[in-house]
Amino acid sequence: MPALEVHGLGYELPGRGRRDGGRGRALVQAVSFTVGAGETLVLLGRSGSGKTTTLKLINRLLEPTAGEVRVAGERAADLPATRLRRRIGYVIQEVGLFPHFTVERNVGLVPRLEGWPAARIAARVRELLALVGLDPEGFGRRYPHELSGGQRQRVGVARALAADPPLLLLDEPFGALDPITRVELQHEFQSLEGRLGKGMVFVTHDVREGLMLATRIGLMHEGRLAFLGTPQEFRESGHPEVRKFLEAA
Amino acid sequence: MSLWDFYARNSREVLGLVGQHVSLVAISTAIAIVIGVPLGVLLTRRPAWRGPVLGVANVFQTIPSLALFGFLIPLPFIGGIGATTAIVALIVYALLPIVRNTYTGIAGVDPAVRDAGRGMGMTDWELLTLVELPLGFSVLLAGVRVATVVGVGTATIAAAIGAGGLGVYIFRGVAMVNDTLILAGALPAALMALAADGLLGWAERRLAWRAR
Repeated sequence: MPALEVHGLGYELPGRGRRDGGRGRALVQAVSFTVGAGETLVLLGRSGSGKTTTLKLINRLLEPTAGEVRVAGERAADLPATRLRRRIGYVIQEVGLFPHFTVERNVGLVPRLEGWPAARIAARVRELLALVGLDPEGFGRRYPHELSGGQRQRVGVARALAADPPLLLLDEPFGALDPITRVELQHEFQSLEGRLGKGMVFVTHDVREGLMLATRIGLMHEGRLAFLGTPQEFRESGHPEVRKFLEAA
Repeated sequence: MSLWDFYARNSREVLGLVGQHVSLVAISTAIAIVIGVPLGVLLTRRPAWRGPVLGVANVFQTIPSLALFGFLIPLPFIGGIGATTAIVALIVYALLPIVRNTYTGIAGVDPAVRDAGRGMGMTDWELLTLVELPLGFSVLLAGVRVATVVGVGTATIAAAIGAGGLGVYIFRGVAMVNDTLILAGALPAALMALAADGLLGWAERRLAWRAR
């Protein structure tokens, strides 16, 4: 069963009447794709092309105005939004670690919300910190402001994985890092992808990052999925927007 | 008669008035917190209400305190002569800083942190109690501090409507043109305000998360 199925997804801002004749502005239109377990779909596109909006429609931070989303076979719209989100790991560029929580508490948050026993949370946190390359002894009790940008983003990834969700959404997770740390994390992420066997949707505007991490690439253009295919097909595509991206790289 | 002689001779009365003063401020500030914090939280959930609610609170703040005490006297239940009326007036003054700072404290939480919390599946209540209130707490506490310090000062005027407190000496001193008597009321009130300011300021600094 695919980790994520998206059919005809659309999002329209409510119309203001008068000037636009009561019709809203479409930010995302007719987007469809499927992401299997162990697959990484990279959503590539310019700023404002609808990549981030698409992610937020999947975990219902925005409510879709059209189409259907299924996570591990279940219709997202049928679940309470909070339950849906606890099954989807979410990593954002700004990381958004809770500054008043230690690394341990940050990573263990969703398990705690889900009411896991303390011993199981502690074991899971240690396992995850080790997985993302942080020593649980050295980092567990630190606060986010005591970490570097790269370390913070590792904690962000560990936190997203905490409750073992079948699906991970990543919104430019390495976008705010310095170039060296960025490449380092990209390589580590690449090796993680294979081991985790989760479905992932990875948003970026960096073609090289996209080609490196993707099983398939989706190119968003003006709210639509203009291209969807393997990195190989992407390189060979004659689509004008794809060419522009490749030339810019 | 010097101030110290006065205190020495009237120590029981002085302590009684200090006690009254503290309880006027403590009760009114506590009630203002119970009303003001939820109201401030509500404003973060209903942005459209922010203007009107803060506007009304602001208007109350501009009413001279003596006039407000006067306005309240003829009202049923909350009015009349005595401590109840004074406490109602003090609550009205304490509300604005508490509501405003609760709102500001929560609104000042990094949007990325709020997004992450919601994206991880926190309910609104979990987001409020685990993230927003703890992170906004020092700002909220600054509002309580302002409310308390202002309350200590305003409570001196409560004596005008028979609510007691240190204002009793001040009004008596003014009526008798007796500086010692005025000072007998003003000095402990000032010390009380400083103590409240210092204590709550210390708590505020201790609880401020260095969020970066």
